[in-house]
Amino acid sequence: MVEKESPYKKYLREERLPHIFCPGCGNGTVMSTFFKGLEGTDIDFENIAMVSGIGCSSRIPGYAKCDSLHTTHGRALSFATGLKVGNPDLDVVVFTGDGDAASIGGNHLIHAARRNINLTVICINNNIYGMTGGQISPTSPKGSFGTTAPYGSRDKPFNLAELVSAAGASYVARWTTTHPLQLSKAIQKGLENEGFSFIEVVSQCPTYYGRKNKMKTPLQMFEWIKENSINKRRAEKMEESELEGKIIVGEFANKPHAALTDNIKTLAEENSDKPLAIKSAFEELD
Amino acid sequence: MVEERFVQGNEACALGAIAANCRFFAGYPITPSTEIAEQMSILLPKYGGSFVQMEDEIGSAGAIIGASWSGMKAMTATSGPGISLMQENIGYGFITETPIVIINVQRGSPSTGQPTMSAQADMMQVRWGSHGDYEPIALAPSSVQEFFDFTIKAFNLAEEYRVPVTVLADEVVGHMREKLIIPDKVDIVARKRPEKVNGQYLPFDAPEDGTTPMPAFGDGFNIHVTGLTHDERGYPDTNDPDTHNELVERLCNKVLMRRKDICSVKKENCDDADIVIVSCGSPYCSVGAAMKKAREEGIKVGSLKIDTPWPFPEEEIAEIAKTASDIIVPEMNLGQLVHEVERAAHGEANVHLIGKIGGILHKPDEIYDKIKEING
Amino acid sequence: MIIIDSKLCKGCDICIATCPKKVYSKSDKVNTKNVYLPFPENEEGCTKCGLCEVSCPDQAIYVEKEVE
Repeated sequence: MVEKESPYKKYLREERLPHIFCPGCGNGTVMSTFFKGLEGTDIDFENIAMVSGIGCSSRIPGYAKCDSLHTTHGRALSFATGLKVGNPDLDVVVFTGDGDAASIGGNHLIHAARRNINLTVICINNNIYGMTGGQISPTSPKGSFGTTAPYGSRDKPFNLAELVSAAGASYVARWTTTHPLQLSKAIQKGLENEGFSFIEVVSQCPTYYGRKNKMKTPLQMFEWIKENSINKRRAEKMEESELEGKIIVGEFANKPHAALTDNIKTLAEENSDKPLAIKSAFEELD
Repeated sequence: MVEERFVQGNEACALGAIAANCRFFAGYPITPSTEIAEQMSILLPKYGGSFVQMEDEIGSAGAIIGASWSGMKAMTATSGPGISLMQENIGYGFITETPIVIINVQRGSPSTGQPTMSAQADMMQVRWGSHGDYEPIALAPSSVQEFFDFTIKAFNLAEEYRVPVTVLADEVVGHMREKLIIPDKVDIVARKRPEKVNGQYLPFDAPEDGTTPMPAFGDGFNIHVTGLTHDERGYPDTNDPDTHNELVERLCNKVLMRRKDICSVKKENCDDADIVIVSCGSPYCSVGAAMKKAREEGIKVGSLKIDTPWPFPEEEIAEIAKTASDIIVPEMNLGQLVHEVERAAHGEANVHLIGKIGGILHKPDEIYDKIKEING
Repeated sequence: MIIIDSKLCKGCDICIATCPKKVYSKSDKVNTKNVYLPFPENEEGCTKCGLCEVSCPDQAIYVEKEVE
């Protein structure tokens, strides 16, 4: 008998549902698009290990029925580096947000990209600190409001997809929660890429970003994201002034090259007659 | 076959880690601990292990915790500012009960201080550095051989108690060269894999004074590990005072209630001693000569060397305080461990600090002079 | 057939906005948390594309596919 429930619910820890995300929060959509993307690959869900930092998006791994490490603020990528290098057979996925990845964790982000470590990073960019109540983030658009930008943000935001591409990631894409099919395809490609994959998802935080920025309902935020999205190919033919405040979506990098774990494995093979040690803490030595 | 080598302390530490089956190292260059990272980068590929030079110390502490959950014995090494940066993730290691080893080769502080000079500046930071209540385990070597032995012991304690364990070395021990004997066999504690009971596994369901076996990610247990206060399933439960109490008290009790098994001291001439020199780490190097000189003059001096500053060997200090009239504590700081000695002595003996900073180890005569001063 | 899990739905209405065939409408029914639930008013228009299923942030929508 087929269970008459969402096809994505089987991946979740049912006893923890409903999840803590506010009504209309994009995190749940990203969760489902992830599972849809995963279904497009040969990867076994049992082999997925999720890592996250702190923030609303970092709560996602706690709902998935797989091994998950919910770590400290900004540091998910460093924990994920240890996990992946420690056991390269695991498919390690990092869920993070704009504050977690680009502010407190910015250094880990660019270095993980530089090393091209084989991780899939899903960065849910809602342009605000949701968990702490609506403070401005490094991706908040110029002029947007937050509890720490009561007169509107004066700073220029990060362009995360461009930043991570420049740092050396081998696969980078940006989509939004209003593009679930393109997004799940990008996640699929990211999972399949043997290197650092970064998928930025522009998402809605109706509770804080929406309320502070004259979009009171989830739908108003959803429509705003949809209307402001421009495909990268079209954007390339447009003037910079025309692109102000727009969300450019599409693929930003797709240039596979040697990944960190392969380099470490080769080094061990060149210097040792032993295979790469995996799960060796359990070994009884005599 | 027993191997004899003439090596630097930092190199002995790396050799100890390899002997303990450590196959993952993440670190960031910092004086005076850098040689440990350098040695690990040479040795690990030869043993099928992995070395990663991280972008900073925060990342290094994160990476070894991640590696530990992948099923590896993992270590980092640092000094001064580096150990300060690691504190948050070390706290994460405590609440998630992750076995890791941190080597701290102490240097002159605070701040950047004296990068190339020795100190025991972090005795209390290792105890209290991360926010919250927790009970750390730390081992302080005073020789190259001990740096090797204690590194192995640190891995064993980390596995047995599922805690971060620190080896509190200092620049003197890290850089001095001595004979090292590498035995052909060392005792290693292997990690135990849990079993599912009735198809179920509760990753944090442990006795009130203990811990529970820890699987590796990918073993099929589908566990959630979080730094938030969690229940026995590992699920966050942050608003229930009982959940928090039970968790944090167990984390402390698993070390406190087995303090006698963990604590290690080395006593010499204490039985008849009027004055006992209580030392920890490098200052012990100068204790022997001072004690000998005083004994030759008929002053009854003993020595108690603390191998494990944390958990602090309270009973052992209380015991000597009952028989000796005076306790001398030479420390390479302005007084850190001395407060613990005073607390444990309960006013039964006079406690005298020889606090020394600046980077130079106590000379035997500085201790001897204190003995003479007390003896009158 | 479309089934909405009333226990999981938080009433965000994203299904209403997402559906290209405008299948969903807001109902006057509330769940135990006083959330006004959507319902597939125009179910015959459904092409079973699954966009609502994947977009629903609360994993509350099930769309029965053709059984082969």
